[in-house]
Amino acid sequence: MARYVTVQVTRKEPPTGAAPAEHCKKCQLPLSKEGLEQSWQVCPHCGYHYPLRAALRLALLADSGSVTFIGEELRPTDPLEFFDLRPYTERLAEAQLETGLTEALVAARCSIAGRPVALGVMDFGFMGGSMGSVVGERFHRLARLAVEEAMPLVVVASSGGARMQEGLLSLMQMAKTVAAAEIVSEAGLPYIAILTHPTTGGVFASFATVADLILAEPGAVMQFAGTRVIEQTTREKLPPDFGSSEKQLVHGQIDLVVDRRELKARLTQCLDLLVGGRVADAGGGEAGG
Amino acid sequence: MAEQSPPSGLRKSYQTEAIRLLKRLQELRRLPALTGTNYSEEIKRIQERLESLRNRSDSAVAWEAVQLARHQDRPQTLDYIAHMIPDFLELHGDRLHGDDGAVVAGLGTLNGRRIALIGHQKGHSLKERQERSFGMARPEGYRKAMRVARLAEKFGLPVVTLVDTPGAYPGRDAEEGGQAGAIANSIRVFSVLRVPTVAVVIGEGGSGGALALAVADRVFMLENAVYSVISPEGCAALLWRDAAEAPRAAEALRLTAADLYELGLIDQIIPEPAGGAHNDHRATAKRVMRQVHLALAELERLGVEERLRLRREKYLRMGRYTIASPK
Repeated sequence: MARYVTVQVTRKEPPTGAAPAEHCKKCQLPLSKEGLEQSWQVCPHCGYHYPLRAALRLALLADSGSVTFIGEELRPTDPLEFFDLRPYTERLAEAQLETGLTEALVAARCSIAGRPVALGVMDFGFMGGSMGSVVGERFHRLARLAVEEAMPLVVVASSGGARMQEGLLSLMQMAKTVAAAEIVSEAGLPYIAILTHPTTGGVFASFATVADLILAEPGAVMQFAGTRVIEQTTREKLPPDFGSSEKQLVHGQIDLVVDRRELKARLTQCLDLLVGGRVADAGGGEAGG
Repeated sequence: MAEQSPPSGLRKSYQTEAIRLLKRLQELRRLPALTGTNYSEEIKRIQERLESLRNRSDSAVAWEAVQLARHQDRPQTLDYIAHMIPDFLELHGDRLHGDDGAVVAGLGTLNGRRIALIGHQKGHSLKERQERSFGMARPEGYRKAMRVARLAEKFGLPVVTLVDTPGAYPGRDAEEGGQAGAIANSIRVFSVLRVPTVAVVIGEGGSGGALALAVADRVFMLENAVYSVISPEGCAALLWRDAAEAPRAAEALRLTAADLYELGLIDQIIPEPAGGAHNDHRATAKRVMRQVHLALAELERLGVEERLRLRREKYLRMGRYTIASPK
């Protein structure tokens, strides 16, 4: 039998987002852990974007003290009794222990520059940010909440794709999240997707690309098929920056490449321009859209 | 694995786990009953797990289905059309970029009902397979599907899709042309289409490339068709670190029609002629189109809004999870 293709995301750095020891891996200039933390894991010298954990991403975007978690009580289960070299349940327990999260998507009601927003943030450290039933259901609840409270929906994606261990149930989360995003759209509310490194496979081909606006961080890689699959199928060597935000912008697939340090301001500007000025008393988070 | 024989009738992918559990069970039973130590809970858990493993069906089933689903002589979209839609008018192009041979789309009459039919076409001969990229659609293929679906909606024609693809085309041109967005938007268009829709997985339902044409009011599968989030080979390479473990991955993924019916992800299984669909194209096409006809008749009795509500609720309900109790 032929050795077959694989779908693999090239992980450029440890999934947990551990900062490099002393030097930036991109520009080689000295880099302190504290310096990185102050700049949201962006190299202050060259602007290289290191992975940002979900908790920090929330801190970056949401107004201080405004976060309420949504669907946090939802927990993954093992519907297929999936067992490869290790049981799925063991992989889940390990991911939960390592990340301190219950799943790969954190959903929250919060305010961003005073405006109430339904915010979803994925964490690549949780099983490669893969989308299973809980990610789908949290996205769904977030979309419902956005409609109920007439808020914009903002989702930060970072994912290797659908979660294999939940089989076709995971594939169906693509249809589920797209249907959920459509509810927000029908209500005339904005949905903005922010794609971070990496956003691939089933997430890239579902809720990440049906947003009204698609923003991406510099250097983030977005691909539907994995590099190895493409190279094996087409026998073509891909350029090193293939699928990067900058290239996706050139090919017309995304709206903006936004530096993380300006992300909140730019996101706020997008919302302002789509649905009008923000709530007068910033930080209050009282009025709806 | 020879020294430890697992319980008979067990799927191969569960053998390793069963062996591990049996060993652990023996260990636990050998342990002295120390004061304050109670292993009965773990023993009970292991016994329950072994019991559930024993209930698994025969190991070869899933991999056989994969082989049959990929059989070169299996009827494809154009074969169904040839047998069941004599007046088929194939339409071409996405009006944006090109015409993708991996997706066939057009209009025709099925049992006296005008419909739009859209399906993957892998091709039979090597030449045809190359021309049609082995049924792996590019963005223009999905955009053609969306265009024809919207056309059908405008004229009130039900849409039937036939799904048979290893997956979306993995190529530089496809990626740069917006493959992900094309799939996502196809899913979106089919989820809100106002006319009745029926999807039938006739062969290989390969991941997102299949789902792009498989969102419908009713989703059927042929008996030996498979439908999966990832190819067994891809899954094996990632999780077992060995593509040769594909048969095990095929079992673990629960990708057969029977598995997916049990999971509530498809609505109906259509039986194939003896030995498989490739043995009798005409009989297979008749069976499929008979079920499509019945489903459309039923769906047409529903109002548009009701049908859309039911379709949306079906997809929004999909998923399995638990609710943690507050601590």
